[in-house]
Amino acid sequence: MSALALVLVVFGLALIGWLVARMRAATFRKPGVARFTALPVHYGYFVAICALVPALLFLAVWSLTSPALVTDAVIATPAAAALPPAGFERASILSEARALAAGRSHGAFHDLSVRLAPAYAAAQIRYDWIATAVALLLAFAGGGFAFTRVRPDFGARTQVERIVMLLLLAASLIAILTTIGIVASLLYESARFFRIVPIGEFLFGTHWSPQVIDARDPGASLGAVPLFWGTFFIGAVIAMAVAIPFGLMSAIYLTQYAHATTRRWMKPVLEMLAGVPTVVYGYFAALTVAPAVRELGLAVGIANASSESALAAGAVMGIMIIPFVSSMADDSIAAVPASMRDGSLAMGATQSETIRKVILPAALPGVVGGILLAVSRAIGETMIVVMAASGVATLTANPFASTTTVTKQIVDLLTGEAEFDSAKTLAAFALGLTLFVITLALNVVALSVVKRYREAYD
Amino acid sequence: MIHNPSAKISAREVSVFYGANQAIDTVSIDVDRDNVLAFIGPSGCGKSTFLRTLNRMNDTVASARVSGEILLDGEDIYAPSMDVVQLRARVGMVFQKPNPFPKSIYENVAYGPRIHGLATARADLDAMVEQSLRRAGLWDEVKDRLTDSGTALSGGQQQRLCIARAIAVDPEVILMDEPCSALDPIATAKIEELIHELKGRYAIVIVTHNMQQAARVSQQTAFFHLGRLVEFGATSDIFTNPREERTRDYITGRYG
Amino acid sequence: MTEPSRLPTDWKAAAVQRRTRRRYAAERRFRLLGLAAVWLSAGFLMFLLASMLWQGASGFRQTRVALPIDLAAARLAVTPAQLSGRGADLALAGAGLEGTVDAAATRAFGAQGADLLSDGAWLVVRDAIERNPALLQSRTTIDVPVDSAIDVAAKHDGTPAAEAIVARLTARGALSTGWNLGFLAAADSTDPTRVGIWGALKGSLLTMLVTIALAFPIGVLAALYLEEYAPRNRWTDVIEVSINNLAAVPSIIFGLLGLAVFLGTLHLPRSAPLVGGLTLALMTMPVIVIAGRNAIKAVPPSIRDAALAVGASPVQVVFDHVLPLALPGILTGTIIGMARALGETAPLLMIGMRAFIAAPPSRLVDPATVLPVQIFLWSDDIDRGFVEKTSAAIIVLLVFLLAMNGLAIYLRNRFETRW
Repeated sequence: MSALALVLVVFGLALIGWLVARMRAATFRKPGVARFTALPVHYGYFVAICALVPALLFLAVWSLTSPALVTDAVIATPAAAALPPAGFERASILSEARALAAGRSHGAFHDLSVRLAPAYAAAQIRYDWIATAVALLLAFAGGGFAFTRVRPDFGARTQVERIVMLLLLAASLIAILTTIGIVASLLYESARFFRIVPIGEFLFGTHWSPQVIDARDPGASLGAVPLFWGTFFIGAVIAMAVAIPFGLMSAIYLTQYAHATTRRWMKPVLEMLAGVPTVVYGYFAALTVAPAVRELGLAVGIANASSESALAAGAVMGIMIIPFVSSMADDSIAAVPASMRDGSLAMGATQSETIRKVILPAALPGVVGGILLAVSRAIGETMIVVMAASGVATLTANPFASTTTVTKQIVDLLTGEAEFDSAKTLAAFALGLTLFVITLALNVVALSVVKRYREAYD
Repeated sequence: MIHNPSAKISAREVSVFYGANQAIDTVSIDVDRDNVLAFIGPSGCGKSTFLRTLNRMNDTVASARVSGEILLDGEDIYAPSMDVVQLRARVGMVFQKPNPFPKSIYENVAYGPRIHGLATARADLDAMVEQSLRRAGLWDEVKDRLTDSGTALSGGQQQRLCIARAIAVDPEVILMDEPCSALDPIATAKIEELIHELKGRYAIVIVTHNMQQAARVSQQTAFFHLGRLVEFGATSDIFTNPREERTRDYITGRYG
Repeated sequence: MTEPSRLPTDWKAAAVQRRTRRRYAAERRFRLLGLAAVWLSAGFLMFLLASMLWQGASGFRQTRVALPIDLAAARLAVTPAQLSGRGADLALAGAGLEGTVDAAATRAFGAQGADLLSDGAWLVVRDAIERNPALLQSRTTIDVPVDSAIDVAAKHDGTPAAEAIVARLTARGALSTGWNLGFLAAADSTDPTRVGIWGALKGSLLTMLVTIALAFPIGVLAALYLEEYAPRNRWTDVIEVSINNLAAVPSIIFGLLGLAVFLGTLHLPRSAPLVGGLTLALMTMPVIVIAGRNAIKAVPPSIRDAALAVGASPVQVVFDHVLPLALPGILTGTIIGMARALGETAPLLMIGMRAFIAAPPSRLVDPATVLPVQIFLWSDDIDRGFVEKTSAAIIVLLVFLLAMNGLAIYLRNRFETRW
């Protein structure tokens, strides 16, 4: 039966168990016994959970692993010997065969798919039966076991609550699992990459042209320094040159000078800048800003002003980052106690002098932390650079010229039909690892700066 | 309105409104240039509010409105031609809770002279800082650690630092808003001694809820109640032989 | 003690007055700078939105030409019975309706007449016939959509040849504009006049479904655990640090994770909403955890004490008292997290959702694309007709995001209690 039907059947069994257990537990109530360890509904939940959880866990794991098992079974058949080696074509043949077997399509581009389809169908049916049997078995066994425990002296509520706590703990562990997953997968693939290209050549090489990789010396065209420079130039220099002045001055104005109503309206408007999807920013950058920047460059006399300039991408990225800077700055400035401000004003300082000499220095750790977090966000940004910057790696300090970043290269390397094991695709993972480490370091430093240097105001 | 030409600050018919609430009701009072004037009264009676009208700190509250006339050496401080920034240098303020800037001791005291441009050469600034700290009675304790943070001092030292900071811009009047209420008795005694020393050089107005303190440090006392000035006179008269019944009730502790 | 006393400051001196005036001028400049920063930032946003609106509004309209067509003379081999049944589309297609329409165009507009019409023009005629079978016996004029080049020329600027045709047709009074309803109902296509966002929208909806089904329970449960039950030890610190760091990891890294684990190790189908949803769920979960923790922290301890004092167990305290009170804040954070996920492009590009999908997905494992990726793919297209369609799709995406954020703000204002 289909996966959905199976899940429903398991839920149905659990429901039956819940009802029966509850009815049984209701008979425990005897007149004169005032206190109970558990309500009948807790017994119901206990039986239902014991029936449901093992079966659902099994089905979840199964749904993730069975496609691979089915595919392996098909590959073991003699007809599959004609499959091409691992790559895009092989994957498309297999998915076509899968679609044919499931009845979702009627024609195929490859003959091999038509021949493999029956094998697929057979394997799928076999594994489906296994899944159904095991799931039902688990549901019955779990429910039955639980039902035998339904007795008046059984602390059903404690058991149910213990299970709930386990559930909560498990949910929290998924967060760790995700972090481990990210680090592990990045490390694993990067390790494979560094076996092909030495880590020194990757980190310190200055030539990046992945289209023309020489198989004998792949490291010569996979030197990432231009990418690091481009990422830094666009994200930390140009974008911050836009975001810091606008963000900081906006925060100062809204906290120190603005009326309450102005602040109430303008703060959400600034936050909206962060809510616009990056693909919209990228399109805007490519369609409107980049041509304007090019015109500006030509007018100023820069002959090779590119239509994919670093300035266009960086400026739009800076606009997107403004709310990150202004929000952190706003919080830090607002945290400076009013007595400090009053003390300065009472001495005859103007408001701008008070802000520049007393409030900002006091709020500085928070502001710096906000800037670091904003930089971390900017260098991890993808779509704006994919759409508005170029893919050619250069080491230039001219904002009107084009350059590329780490994130754009990750996207470019994984586009197309390269084999999964090639130096090109693995380089993307190495770049991803570098990006992850750098953003992590920036975030850690930002938070520690805020924590350590914050004056304790009470 | 008729003002007293010999008074340092002369206030006539001053009323303060916060939005629709009236906090001060037609108060008229003179501050002598050689005396310490104490404001006493139960909490919430408007002493601090009135104090803040004297250096226009109420301007920082959006809903505050001040009516009446206040003259400093004959000039109306609420006139549009009066420069608020200079006014606040001439009329300094010390707050209830010590609020030194998170800078070094030296920088705390040098801040005022710096922004008003009162000293350009480093040597002049050093001299000003030393003089202010001496007058505040703090020099001997901090002269070897002027670069330490102002917030690292004890409560009493911090308050004296704030006084030094106010003195550094060479004011003519010093307003003190319950300067000792956050301090222990020994630090309080030191501050009171300091007030006595400063009396000859600056006109001082001190708000206090501690009647014994008012009796110790001031020569003139004004008793406020519910936003009005109930009685004003020499401190000895107010405390031994008050004219108004409300004053007598407050002094004897019937309420407050 | 005697000390060298300094001269009292002469506040009236010219030098002092000058300096004070300069200070006030600096104050005015500073304040103006702040005001300008705020207004310019808001201005950037307005400019961006206005430019999208300006370019995309025309994407919702289509240019049509009045096509005179003599169906009686065409003598199409369809019976009324065929027209009333389910096979009407096939029957009309089989009867050569497309050729008839092309011939009518040639008759009306000259040798290149058939090129004037969109490839989907005959479908409009087909739908008209199905609505009113009597048309088969009549001569009539039907407004059909024009080719993309003519459409672009009519709405903005096109090639000189196209502009000439537009001028000619306008002079005849044959051109009109109507609502491009197909944009919201059709899927992707290579022809800009026939393209629609429904395929991408459905893909987005399915992906969001998977995302919220996974991220919300896990996020809320993790938040409850960390705030209410976790003991203060090293393991809890590690979990907390993990979650805070995950919230700041660039989204493309999650795409790499999805590629390596979901596609590489688990061999899940490429570009399926299931995989997209899994990836986005991992990305959204830390956001929900953080929002949830703040909402739970805001519930005052007195409520918990009161519940415990009545004899409630720790689980009952949380699920009966704390969770209901924290729910508005949790929901607000969840909606904002989902709005972010709706606009994400990079991680979904990594897991393959960048193919040309001509049919909307029907199951969670069908190949699909999402709206932001569709925008990205169209933005690359050199056909000028796609420019307005891309902006129009952006408008649709922004409308959805506005609705979601508006809902979050409404929830927050209506249900959040201030203690």
